Amino acid sequence: MTEFGHTPITDTPETPRDKDTILYLNNVTVSFDGFRALNALSLVVATKELRCIIGPNGAGKTTMMDVITGKTRPDEGEVIFGHHTDLTKMDEAEIANLGIGRKFQKPTVFENLSVFENLELAIKGWRSVKNCLFFKLDKATQTRIHEVMETIALSSHASRLAGELSHGQKQWLEIGMLLIQAPQLMLVDEPVAGMTDSETEQTAALLKQISQDHTVVVVEHDMEFVRELGGFVTVLHEGSALAEGSLETVQSNEKVIEVYLGR
Amino acid sequence: MLQKGIIRSILEHDKGGKILITLLLVAAVIVPVLNLLLPETSPFHLSAYNVTLWGKYLCYGLLALAVDLVWGYLGILSLGHGAFFALGGYVMGMHLMREIGSRGVYGHPLLPDFMVFLNWGELPWFWYGFDNFFFTFFMIFVVPGILAFIFGWFAFRSRVTGVYLSIITQAMTYALMLAFFRNEMGFGGNNGLTDFKDILGFSLQEDTTRSALFALSAIALIVGYLICRYITQSRAGRVATAIRDAESRVRFLGYRVEHFKLFIFVVSACLAGLAGALYVPQVGIINPSEFSPINSIEIVVWVAIGGRGTLYGAVLGAILVNYFKTWLTTAAPEIWLYFLGAIFVGVTLYFPKGLVGLLHKMKKNQKVNIAKGEAKP
Repeated sequence: MTEFGHTPITDTPETPRDKDTILYLNNVTVSFDGFRALNALSLVVATKELRCIIGPNGAGKTTMMDVITGKTRPDEGEVIFGHHTDLTKMDEAEIANLGIGRKFQKPTVFENLSVFENLELAIKGWRSVKNCLFFKLDKATQTRIHEVMETIALSSHASRLAGELSHGQKQWLEIGMLLIQAPQLMLVDEPVAGMTDSETEQTAALLKQISQDHTVVVVEHDMEFVRELGGFVTVLHEGSALAEGSLETVQSNEKVIEVYLGR
Repeated sequence: MLQKGIIRSILEHDKGGKILITLLLVAAVIVPVLNLLLPETSPFHLSAYNVTLWGKYLCYGLLALAVDLVWGYLGILSLGHGAFFALGGYVMGMHLMREIGSRGVYGHPLLPDFMVFLNWGELPWFWYGFDNFFFTFFMIFVVPGILAFIFGWFAFRSRVTGVYLSIITQAMTYALMLAFFRNEMGFGGNNGLTDFKDILGFSLQEDTTRSALFALSAIALIVGYLICRYITQSRAGRVATAIRDAESRVRFLGYRVEHFKLFIFVVSACLAGLAGALYVPQVGIINPSEFSPINSIEIVVWVAIGGRGTLYGAVLGAILVNYFKTWLTTAAPEIWLYFLGAIFVGVTLYFPKGLVGLLHKMKKNQKVNIAKGEAKP
């Protein structure tokens, strides 16, 4: 359990920016043709935290990820990484190189490359064209890739094309690609969508293990899975944070019940 | 020794490439021998016409290679590569025009014939320097390279992809065609550049020059192949494949997608320019029709027929299709375009991986059959 499990619930998080904050969203608004996908959203994530974001469809979960990773520019508001890095002025590649990794909702791996090559491309460093042209695989890198393949249980599939993997294995490979990037902050969008129960369980264990050394933000629909992860939960609704707290407290919140069960 | 090591490591897992390069090396030696050393009465004598024809095919092979690099590995369907080819050709054409010197019809010491005809008083500034071969050689890469750089810089930064990008490349080559048709551009207008006499002092009508140009085309194709293969089997090549399959994923991994696209696009344009520059002295003319959009589409068809994303398949496709084109346009010129269209449709429907894919499939089936045969007691 994280220390956040004991903090009182607040409707809008007004947590001060202390030195442990890794991600700070303040008053972020994004609209598409008048529709407010994010509406004055504020969110604070602490270092090494495992945060779950839940919310009905259209609550703005994916847009929030897009804003953090630089795919979408907010109309208003601040997005601060670490102490004072303003993410709203950077593009995807810059943000990724700062140490923010992202896993997509639909598993996105490089289908025509092998599992090994997928991880090799994700490993930290060698990002410029010149470096890539003269890149040579060294022992340490190789060892690291094998370690990660071990973690995501794909060691025996190293030379298989990623496109041949099962759906669940692709999801793990993508998590592995995140992991090998060694990001400080991992954004994981619906990691268990379409997984079998046992795969879901394994994924929960994997994410819990990862969150020991990384800050992980998970967007998820599956309540069972969120319970299994056991992190601090933020409920999004119509583009802003409706409630925060442990899953139990959030689930007993009247506003949340109203949103989820209909008004 | 070191170079040998590099080449070996480039071709390590590339059987098709090894076969292609061996064939090209053999051709570079055998073809001139058959043309120059055998008497014309010998049944194995190769006419100068055929030497030049095959030299032309090799230039098309290099052009197809350039297109396969961007299309097969990076997923950019360029329908404007004919423009880079033609620009390389025009650069070479300008050099050959300057080489004519005072031997032109009008005998002007400095101005090419068409400028005298248009009553121009002096050589336009952009024609300076092309009397020098090394300057020309440099410009063969620089001119198409700069166009590709400017075009790619804007297109890739604004994230224009897919069919939109294809349409813009097509528009680019069409615009250049219209521009080059104008006499005021200073490139000979409608007629283009022709009546070349010699290159580096060697007469273009001589069999030895033609053989040498053939051998040079073969060598250029080998070098081009090695460059492309080096790129595709490097980490940059894997990034390219990744961009082709899931562009935004590559961005979120922290790669600057536009830099990779720009680099490979420019390399490809330079290779296309080199192909054009070798093509022009062999066919003896360059005119604006080389920019015509249909040419660029044809290149894509060669690559598709040969096998996209294999490099050697592109070369194979270019040579085979053009071989048939030569034969069919003499036998029945009016049906050529229908025929080309028909094979393109046929290949896309039945062998989406082209001839190379078909060969691999046959080989696999054979192996399976052998395995089955062995399994039976």
